[in-house]
Amino acid sequence: MAKLTGRERYVDDLSIGDHLWGATVRSPCARGRIRSIEFGPGVDWSKFTIVTADDIPGRNAVFLMEYDQPALADDRVRHVHEPVVLLAHPSRDVVRRAAKLVAVHVDPEPAVLDFCAPPTSDQIQYGDDNVLKHILVEKGSVEDALAAAPIVVEGEYFTGAQEHVYLETQGMLAYVEEGVVVILGSMQCPYYVVKALKPLLGCDESGLRVIQTATGGGFGGKEEYPSTIAAHAALLALKSGRPVKLVYDRWEDMAVTTKRHPARIRHRTGVDETGRLLAQDIEVVLDGGAYVTLSPVVLSRAVIHAGGPYACDNVRIDGRAVFTNAVPFGAFRGFGAPQAYFGLERHMDVVAARLGFDPAELRRRNLIRDGQSTATSQTIRDGVDREEVLDLALRMAGWADRRGEIERRNAADPLVKRGLGLATFHHGAGFTGNGEVMLQSVVHVAGMPDGGIEVRAASVEMGQGTTTIFTQLAADRLGLDPDRVAVAQPDTHRVPDSGPSVASRTAMVVGHLVERACDDLRSRLGLDGDDRGEAVSAAIRTWYAGADGAPGELVGEAVYVQPAHIEWNEETYRGDAYGAFAWAAYVAEVEVDLRTCETRVTDFIAVQEVGRVLNQTLACGQIQGGVAQAISWALLEDFHWKDGAMQNAQLTNYIIPTSDDLPRIRVAFLEVPYEHGAQGAKGIGELPMDGPAPAIANALAHALGVEAGRIPLTPERLLAELNRRAESASGGERRVAS
Amino acid sequence: MRVRFAETSTEVCAILADDPSIVPLAGGTDLLVHWPDRHAAHAATYLDLGRIAGLRAHRWTDDALLIGATTTYWDLIRDPRTVRELPLLVEAGRLVGAVQIQSRGTWAGNIVNASPAADGVPVLMAYDAVVVLESVDGREEVPLADFYLGYKEMRRSGRQLVRQVRVPLATRRHQRFEKVGSRRAQAIAKVGLATLEAENGWRVVAASLAPTVRRCRAVEALLDGGEPLGGPDDLLPALRSDVSPIDDIRSTAAYREQVAARLLFYGPASGEAPAGAS
Amino acid sequence: MRPQVHAGDLPATGPAIEVRFRLNGAEVAVEVDPAERLLETLRYRLGLTGTKEGCAEGECGACTVHVDGVPANSCLILTFQIEGRDIQSVEALDETALEPFLAGGATQCGACTPGVVMTASWVVAHPNLLQTHRIRELMAGNLCRCTGYDGIIDSVEAALPGAGNA
Repeated sequence: MAKLTGRERYVDDLSIGDHLWGATVRSPCARGRIRSIEFGPGVDWSKFTIVTADDIPGRNAVFLMEYDQPALADDRVRHVHEPVVLLAHPSRDVVRRAAKLVAVHVDPEPAVLDFCAPPTSDQIQYGDDNVLKHILVEKGSVEDALAAAPIVVEGEYFTGAQEHVYLETQGMLAYVEEGVVVILGSMQCPYYVVKALKPLLGCDESGLRVIQTATGGGFGGKEEYPSTIAAHAALLALKSGRPVKLVYDRWEDMAVTTKRHPARIRHRTGVDETGRLLAQDIEVVLDGGAYVTLSPVVLSRAVIHAGGPYACDNVRIDGRAVFTNAVPFGAFRGFGAPQAYFGLERHMDVVAARLGFDPAELRRRNLIRDGQSTATSQTIRDGVDREEVLDLALRMAGWADRRGEIERRNAADPLVKRGLGLATFHHGAGFTGNGEVMLQSVVHVAGMPDGGIEVRAASVEMGQGTTTIFTQLAADRLGLDPDRVAVAQPDTHRVPDSGPSVASRTAMVVGHLVERACDDLRSRLGLDGDDRGEAVSAAIRTWYAGADGAPGELVGEAVYVQPAHIEWNEETYRGDAYGAFAWAAYVAEVEVDLRTCETRVTDFIAVQEVGRVLNQTLACGQIQGGVAQAISWALLEDFHWKDGAMQNAQLTNYIIPTSDDLPRIRVAFLEVPYEHGAQGAKGIGELPMDGPAPAIANALAHALGVEAGRIPLTPERLLAELNRRAESASGGERRVAS
Repeated sequence: MRVRFAETSTEVCAILADDPSIVPLAGGTDLLVHWPDRHAAHAATYLDLGRIAGLRAHRWTDDALLIGATTTYWDLIRDPRTVRELPLLVEAGRLVGAVQIQSRGTWAGNIVNASPAADGVPVLMAYDAVVVLESVDGREEVPLADFYLGYKEMRRSGRQLVRQVRVPLATRRHQRFEKVGSRRAQAIAKVGLATLEAENGWRVVAASLAPTVRRCRAVEALLDGGEPLGGPDDLLPALRSDVSPIDDIRSTAAYREQVAARLLFYGPASGEAPAGAS
Repeated sequence: MRPQVHAGDLPATGPAIEVRFRLNGAEVAVEVDPAERLLETLRYRLGLTGTKEGCAEGECGACTVHVDGVPANSCLILTFQIEGRDIQSVEALDETALEPFLAGGATQCGACTPGVVMTASWVVAHPNLLQTHRIRELMAGNLCRCTGYDGIIDSVEAALPGAGNA
């Protein structure tokens, strides 16, 4: 209700003491050496706090996976908008104006901005080949299988960047209190901020306190970047001795923060006449941008999902994330899988067309069955009937009848064409392979003197329902009324490191730790597993009464333990990539007005098997929200780049759907509980990003016969494709006349 | 930044005569975009029209709709008579942004903002609207079709207030307003076309295809001529002499031109009644 | 509780203007900078932080308030423009009226929510609008990135008097 009444407080709603406002001065070009920084005339700069790289007490790096990204550029810049100078002033308006009056003079150097073109020698800026990460997955013998395959189909697909457009822009508030740097702000991973600020400020955990404020959307965009803003706000607060608010305007946020990695995906697929996949030779290249950020992990997920939910004995997936002088790309819901899946699921329809198969039958032929193995040679044995997932989607769509009906209507209607498209896919929840082991997540559930409990985890609530889910899980586990369960605000002085709120892990992995921490609390009270509800509350109250005012808390703890069945080899990229996969089949129906080539999605069906639906409203909301974002990525979200800078960094020109641009999104769940997930649940936050884009491209191919191999499929691109087809068909200059 | 206030249009004219650089402010939905960053605009002087009773009202006479200086889109959308008599005003009004913009944005402000992609201007122009300018020197009436001289240049001096927009009532057929935007609401037109057949011939008004919203006289002549057309391409020569679309951040010249030709061919040139409207 | 005003939160570009208006049913008088937007007056001068800034260009609707009973973007209004007007912000909404939105999945991260419920409450209070407009069209000035909109539309339908409308 706090959100509905406007009482929820986000970072810009807060003010502390006599705060200053911060602003950032950035590089005007994509690569070069900083020659000088010029502070413009007509400004009394003595009234400003000014911070440059020289003011950094520790190491000039915002640590994430490597120490490559400086907090402030020192002598060179590697991307446009790279932060160089920070300013603070009591007036927000004054500091905004002043930032425009500081000029960073850069001697430009040859920038590399095309991730598909091999770099020239003067463009090498990482290693000796600009490759940030290379991953190779191999199974069987792909070259032999391709050579022997009766039919080989090739394809090349491209996906564009995507900006998160969380409705609350990024922001931080920093101040120093009794020697401790306190950071409040919008973020997904408070402990990432701690880890980044420690080496930067030259302090340890005790010198930092990071508190997540209500966060107005993240979607991965607030996974890494908050560390940079937090670093900036902290540096300004330390130098000025005052609290500092640093809140990005929308255009700054869109232009300078991370976005989804653009990708090129290539397929060579061998099949037999029955439609069985014999060989999958796949190449994935990601534009990594100018710093590593999380690109190796995005690549990892892309590579692992690139072969899809299919059984194939011969697979090779070659993935590379390459350095460019683009503004760094980073985490975005789906994290590489949407890109890989766009390529795969569009390609499956191309294969189906070559074979003369119904696209659904090609999927059915190849969906992985229990006992079969994935591209990373992970044997699937989860009891999920993946064919049932597909069949439910087909039933809800009326697939067989509708395809035929659409084709008949299209033949009769010269101006409006409809299409129906399908995608089947999967998504692994939690960190890949040994990732969860490395995280070593911890959750506490504390008993409170009044007999209630408090769940303490670093997982953030950003709209996906963490607070509700943790409350429900803890309440269910101990038989308590949800009113007796509090969920602590993620404050690194109060909650342990449960890992980041990413990777679809919060409900499944951290939620399960909440349950185990409840079990631990119960056992510390000397209770049995049957003791629930009031028995638990009474025992907690008794504990505190007996403690006689002595300091100390009753805290149940759980530390992540890798389920025994997960075995992963990071060198060979073989084994159990994830403990559990959710499985899905999505169908999109589109309608294209050939006068304008505008596409409307008129129906959307999203069917997924998710282990256990913990909360119907929340789960449905996650699916619908993810589907909407992916439809938008496929059709609307386009970038105009000029020398690496985003030209359309406004909501007027970077288009996401309004309520009038989407159909009702029809959602259905199937449940086959996963024993290591909270109450059997698998993660679902990212799953819905993987299916819609290829389903829509497939629907457009069905409607118009276009290749639809590159998203976004804007009206301009569709019209151009139709023109090209008409030209080559007629062999001349004629454009399409309908 | 400074703000002047007035209580009557006479006062407004006196203020503008005294300092023609003062900017009259109606709704503000164009002026205020990205306001925190618009430092140059913070140094100007504005004249708030919003407090002047009488500038907001719109009035129907026997032969015209008189739109006030600060009449909003929403004011006309909610007047059932507009739906009956001048339906394109309602169609276009409903496509301006969303309700939040329609409740504050004004028809006169849209004219003076002079965006080549305006939504209100094309339908007003198709309806032969007349801009009524007032100053200390008296009234001047300029047909909207003649109001624009070039990109953001218009036949209004800084001394003049757009006091009223007069929209004549008349018999009109085949009324259409097509706005092609990036989405169904909150969109800036990539192509805008207001078309109708008046008693003395066609009106074809294009937005987003040239530096100004404008009548497409060659296309009108083609439609008036009544020769049957084989396909959209047959409209291109006339279209190319009337407009000059460009590549910009929203769309491409090729797309705009081709889509305009198709909309015209399947719309006004088809001889068919538009779906819905009269 | 009187909010503490940080002068630096607000612009200072010229001589202050006194503005009197009705806010959430009470008479208010403030002195504002000419360049001060109604959004800023609400958030930083009056401490009513429920209304949010999402884009500063009238696209997202997170700043939606009612001006004389009709939704408007407060980021596109200079405060001096609403002299004598009747303004409602999200703080004026009744919790009971918001129950359908809680139950219907209308909110996830909450950043768009104040704007959404302001427009939605206006639709619900004027069901005659649905004779000429669809709900999705009336809500199109409020962007949401989390829900995909079904939860919002369903909540509006549930909140309307009588049977639901499309």
